[in-house]
Amino acid sequence: MATEIATGFALPEISEAASPPRSAPALRVWRNVWPKAAAVGLALAAWQVVVWSGWKPDYVLPGPAAVLGRLAEDLRHADFYVGVAITLRRALIGYAIAVAIGSAVGILVARVSLLRKAVGSAILGLQSMPSIAWFPLAILLFQLSEGAITFVVILGAAPAIAAGLLSGVDHVQPLLVRVGQVMGAKGLGLYRHVILPAAFPSFVGGLKQGWAFAWRSLMAGELLVIVNHQASLGQQLQFARDLADAEQLIALMIVIFAIGVAIDSVFGTLDRGIRQRWGLGGEV
Amino acid sequence: MSQVLELSNKHALSVERLTMAFPHGDRLLLALQGATLEVKRGELVCVVGASGSGKSTLLNILAGLDRPTAGRAHVHGRVALMFQEAALLPWLTAAGNVELALELRGVRASQRRTLAYELLNRVHLAGSEKRRPHELSGGMKQRVALARALAQDADVLLMDEPFAALDAITRDLLHEELVRIWNESGLTILFVTHNAREAVRLGDRVLVFTSRPGRVAQEIRVDLPRPRSLDSPELAVIAGRITDRLKHEMTPNGD
Repeated sequence: MATEIATGFALPEISEAASPPRSAPALRVWRNVWPKAAAVGLALAAWQVVVWSGWKPDYVLPGPAAVLGRLAEDLRHADFYVGVAITLRRALIGYAIAVAIGSAVGILVARVSLLRKAVGSAILGLQSMPSIAWFPLAILLFQLSEGAITFVVILGAAPAIAAGLLSGVDHVQPLLVRVGQVMGAKGLGLYRHVILPAAFPSFVGGLKQGWAFAWRSLMAGELLVIVNHQASLGQQLQFARDLADAEQLIALMIVIFAIGVAIDSVFGTLDRGIRQRWGLGGEV
Repeated sequence: MSQVLELSNKHALSVERLTMAFPHGDRLLLALQGATLEVKRGELVCVVGASGSGKSTLLNILAGLDRPTAGRAHVHGRVALMFQEAALLPWLTAAGNVELALELRGVRASQRRTLAYELLNRVHLAGSEKRRPHELSGGMKQRVALARALAQDADVLLMDEPFAALDAITRDLLHEELVRIWNESGLTILFVTHNAREAVRLGDRVLVFTSRPGRVAQEIRVDLPRPRSLDSPELAVIAGRITDRLKHEMTPNGD
């Protein structure tokens, strides 16, 4: 802003308003962490109160101490990590294919108006289809195999990814497109230089939602489709139920929740970074 | 052949009986009707008119963004267009926006950075090359947009009320810079505005447009010496005549 003035007039340098003193890093971390820590503490306390009330017997609803003890024990066993690895591998493979398919379909449907009329609303409709409803068909097609699980993970995630891209392309400011045209960008060049970058924040929103759908579909799949010698997280969960091992069951649920939160926070960071770079606000 | 060359050497753009109609409900709305004008090479011409006089439509047709309903619009050479909003691409830095224009013009990758910095320097933005659009003030954004338009190395620069949204001091500075750049570069500029003073400040000639449908109602040659001051009484007199004419245009006939 100083440049604006400096070109015409010699005004005395006006210093920026003093910014509030920055707090020490440790203090800032503490400010971010304590509300979350307090929420976890409250949740554990509520859980403990329900257990103490005697609503259900201990072997059905164990208390936090027993479950966390069991979780600590699980974390010392290799089997547990094998299970996590199998589940994450399935998630990543299915999600990667869903990203490829969802992006390709999204671009095609955005580009070709006939395709858009034909399947635009179907893509949105597919998003609301509960992925578990695909499993009977998936099992008929692929039997009880990895293929059945991957199939449903892809069907769960791809529509959200395509829809995110499509809505991003739809909401590109017409003025930016005109600017691109004036600069001589046409056809694919216009997509590469203007439309796709402009649609990127919405695309990342779709990726995030696609991940949530993929993770849900995967858990449903691992409960339903038991593949031999693949003790995935979902399968361990099912076994814990079969053996009425409530401590193990809740410990696994905590792990599944924690993985979901961790990956979601990765997307959250990505999303904030992009919004900041694009100047869309939301700087936190 | 030689005659054609002579013509194209003299005129940078020509518009002949241009008519543009837009569908509006079940009727057609005439934005332009029989608009005719010519701009000589190196000339700075201002078009002034009330809103609805089809000024923007004229520029969009000249830039090749819209097709006219009837008539001809021809630009000799390459054309660049600046809008009222800077319309910078928000994911690129100031330099990145200019570099994209260079890339689309076909400038080699190794030269783009240097050229972009030179162009930003020309609009007095040295030091702000790496800033993003949302970190720039309105005036700085329009400077980047000007640098980006210059990067297209166009023969004709079309400007659609580019300074209308700026504060008075910033606008005054940008007027000075535009005239300086125009002097240095030999660009042909067609500048659209609804502000009569701005038009007289900048133009060799001012074309007053009628309202809906738009065509040239009056042509005023501005012989005031440059640099011109917005506050000079001579300028105010000419601007006053134009404003009167615009008011006359806006009064419905027969009332």
